[in-house]
Amino acid sequence: MERIPILQMGDFLLVTIQVDMHDQLALTLQDDLSERISKTSARGVLIDISALDMVDSFIGRMIGTISGLSKIMDAQTVLVGMQPAVAITLVELGMTLPGVSTALNVERGMKLLHERVREQ
Amino acid sequence: MAALQSSTLDAMKKNQVQLVAEWTNSLEASGATRNLKDHDLKQQTSEFFELITSGLDHGNGQNIAAPGWDEIRQFLEKLSHSRALLGHDSQQTASFIFALKGPLFSLLQKQYKDDPALLAEQLWEISELLDALGMHTIHTFQKSREAVIKRQQEELLELSTPVVKLWDGVLALPMIGTLDSQRTQVVMESLLQRIVDTGSEIAIIDITGVPTVDTLVAQHLLKTVTAIRLMGADCIISGVRPQIAQTIVHLGLDLQGVVTKANLADALKLALTRLGLTVSKAV
Repeated sequence: MERIPILQMGDFLLVTIQVDMHDQLALTLQDDLSERISKTSARGVLIDISALDMVDSFIGRMIGTISGLSKIMDAQTVLVGMQPAVAITLVELGMTLPGVSTALNVERGMKLLHERVREQ
Repeated sequence: MAALQSSTLDAMKKNQVQLVAEWTNSLEASGATRNLKDHDLKQQTSEFFELITSGLDHGNGQNIAAPGWDEIRQFLEKLSHSRALLGHDSQQTASFIFALKGPLFSLLQKQYKDDPALLAEQLWEISELLDALGMHTIHTFQKSREAVIKRQQEELLELSTPVVKLWDGVLALPMIGTLDSQRTQVVMESLLQRIVDTGSEIAIIDITGVPTVDTLVAQHLLKTVTAIRLMGADCIISGVRPQIAQTIVHLGLDLQGVVTKANLADALKLALTRLGLTVSKAV
């Protein structure tokens, strides 16, 4: 079955979505990620969606849910690399993802994660 | 229904010079020749006359969509297009064709004064043909005008959305004119694309040039701000004039979590501070 890889980098988990998201894939990712956070007790999660160029309301909600659940499991979450078209679509759908941290690219996202973890 | 008699056509050809002269005169009298050079008008009238007689010569009948009328249709398309560019209105353009009726009808009246039935029939035929040509002219005129308007609209849209780079990592978007849905869309797209291209962390939207802010405009602004935040950049709104601030408060709009500044300078100062830069006087 198709899965989205979750990479570990020290205290952080790195999720790069390189394929078109479909509903089942998003659900699997949600399960996998929560498993991995609890197993590795990661302090931060970085989700890179720069390759994602199409979203629907379901995927939009999943992105929000994934960020929310990692936050509850005490891992800071940063969403990076959202494409302009995706951002516009989400705003038009009314999904403003409140409470989700964002950054322009992976590098800045990592910096932000480090800052957040240090603050704690 | 009887077709156009060849005697009618002969009469038209024989009196061509006189007809064209009368036609031109009546065009000038009606004021349909505004901005047109005499020379151009003469050329256009005689060319049209040539085309219509040669079209009738080939017995093409009244259906101007037929291939035999290709040339005259093209001529009229070119004519109405040039009239549209000159700023003539539809009436002036249409009267180019309809002014031919007067001289032509009086010619026919003379020709068939002994046969009223034939006269009526021929008048009908000619009138039908000229009406069809006139309609075609108006149709293409309208299309040309619409094309002109559309082009201007697009140019205006392009003109009004320049994204400028103020500093490394700071973009500014000076908005001018009323914000409607379509413009917001274009503005949002070009700004977001520039943010990706330049990797800028801060975008300043300056609304000094926006005349009024109502609930819809505020909603558009909020949408843009949210989209920028989702991309991972920050947004500052600057140029909030006193009246606009009052309007926003009176309308009870909630610019939740949006950083606003009174002018662009303050916004740039804040942006520089956020980037950890300071501006100091050279000693």
